Amino acid sequence: MRDVKVTPIKNGTVIDHITPGMALHVLKIIGIPDTGVQSTVSVLMRVPSHKEKWKDIVKVEDRELDKSQVDKIALIAPNATINIIRNFNVVEKHHVEAPDEVVGLVRCENPSCITNKPREPVRSRFTVACRDPLQLRCGYCERITTDVAKHLF
Amino acid sequence: MDFTGRDLVSIRDLSKDDILFILDLAAKAMPVARGDRRSRALDGRILATLFFEPSTRTRLSFETAMQRLGGSVIGFSDASGTSVTKGETLADTVRMAESYADAIVLRHPYEGAAKLAADFSSKPVINAGDGAGQHPTQTLLDLFTIRMEKGEIAENNIVLVGDLKYGRTVHSLSYALSLFGASITLVAPPTLQMPPEVLSHLRETGGRFNQAESLESVIPGADVLYVTRIQKERFPDPEEYRKVEGAFRVDNALLANAKRSLIVMHPLPRVTEIAPEVDSGPHCRYFNQAFYGVPVRMALLSLILGKGEI
Repeated sequence: MRDVKVTPIKNGTVIDHITPGMALHVLKIIGIPDTGVQSTVSVLMRVPSHKEKWKDIVKVEDRELDKSQVDKIALIAPNATINIIRNFNVVEKHHVEAPDEVVGLVRCENPSCITNKPREPVRSRFTVACRDPLQLRCGYCERITTDVAKHLF
Repeated sequence: MDFTGRDLVSIRDLSKDDILFILDLAAKAMPVARGDRRSRALDGRILATLFFEPSTRTRLSFETAMQRLGGSVIGFSDASGTSVTKGETLADTVRMAESYADAIVLRHPYEGAAKLAADFSSKPVINAGDGAGQHPTQTLLDLFTIRMEKGEIAENNIVLVGDLKYGRTVHSLSYALSLFGASITLVAPPTLQMPPEVLSHLRETGGRFNQAESLESVIPGADVLYVTRIQKERFPDPEEYRKVEGAFRVDNALLANAKRSLIVMHPLPRVTEIAPEVDSGPHCRYFNQAFYGVPVRMALLSLILGKGEI
């Protein structure tokens, strides 16, 4: 099995060890292509990995992620690592961590949940019912949301 | 035990001891609930009943409970005459009501509505049913009925039949019955089975339950038969409703194989699931059950708003 060469980037973020198949969801989370990014974005899908057998990788030049984006990535790719690159060096590397309580990141999959009622001044709130596979229990209607990637805000 | 100012959104807000405390007080409230004795325990207190969905028993029994304790009631039984039709949010309606009343009783079509109301209200909020979600005071009165009619809650084999998917009363009741260690048998058409999250909760808490498709086969061993209406209004697809409409019918022929001591309960309203001939038989308890809503809600209001005196 050949190693995949990932071309280094000068400045930006490498999101590594993404659960295979989730790369396009990660792009959506970080707002690509909606935000009119001018720099290069590289997406690698189903890359062989020593740790997880397969993984996806997303590299975004000249961008660093905010906390909300990292929290969302943690929900769909719990083993992902965020590498901050400055001047070709990894200056920060950390593992994402799915929180015990998920606030304002995911829409409840129950259409009759009060959090889905238009104009109510309420943020969705979930507790983690199961970590693998991730299942979230709504703090309002108590229903379980299983397809978290589909219901990200 | 201090309940003052507490919300009641879900039956899971209450421990087994909390429930027993409420039921003990409800038993003491019986003479006042019947009108045999007068009480001024909640004199001068005001209850707001905000009913965004139709209700007969729940609303009337809350209002009766409050008035039997000397308190008064404001509110609406239909949102069409209110600012809701002008687009007011539930959060705003609740903030308005809390400034007029000492406690709020809410029924709403959206699940989780009572939790939202409790978040926005500094006054206690009691959930009187939120869509297909929770209806904790119905559960309390169901438990009270079993206790009054059977003497205890545990050690009973309780059959829940009908719409177990959309029926909110059976979700809350099954949580509570597992807390008390009763044995539960679930009978429903394949498309109306108990939701997986309720079953997983029963498993996690060590609840004793089994599932059956035939009502006839479980009747001989039943101590309590809890029947629910298959609710047309909860079905997203009318065709799905037509397939299961009339799936179960409790009549004297079915009950011929039952224990003499079996009691039949129903949260009402019923349509065709219990034949009228059962009303006058030895098993019927659903009208007693509807009355028990008054002492139970009296106990709850007295504990939340007052000093737990009747």
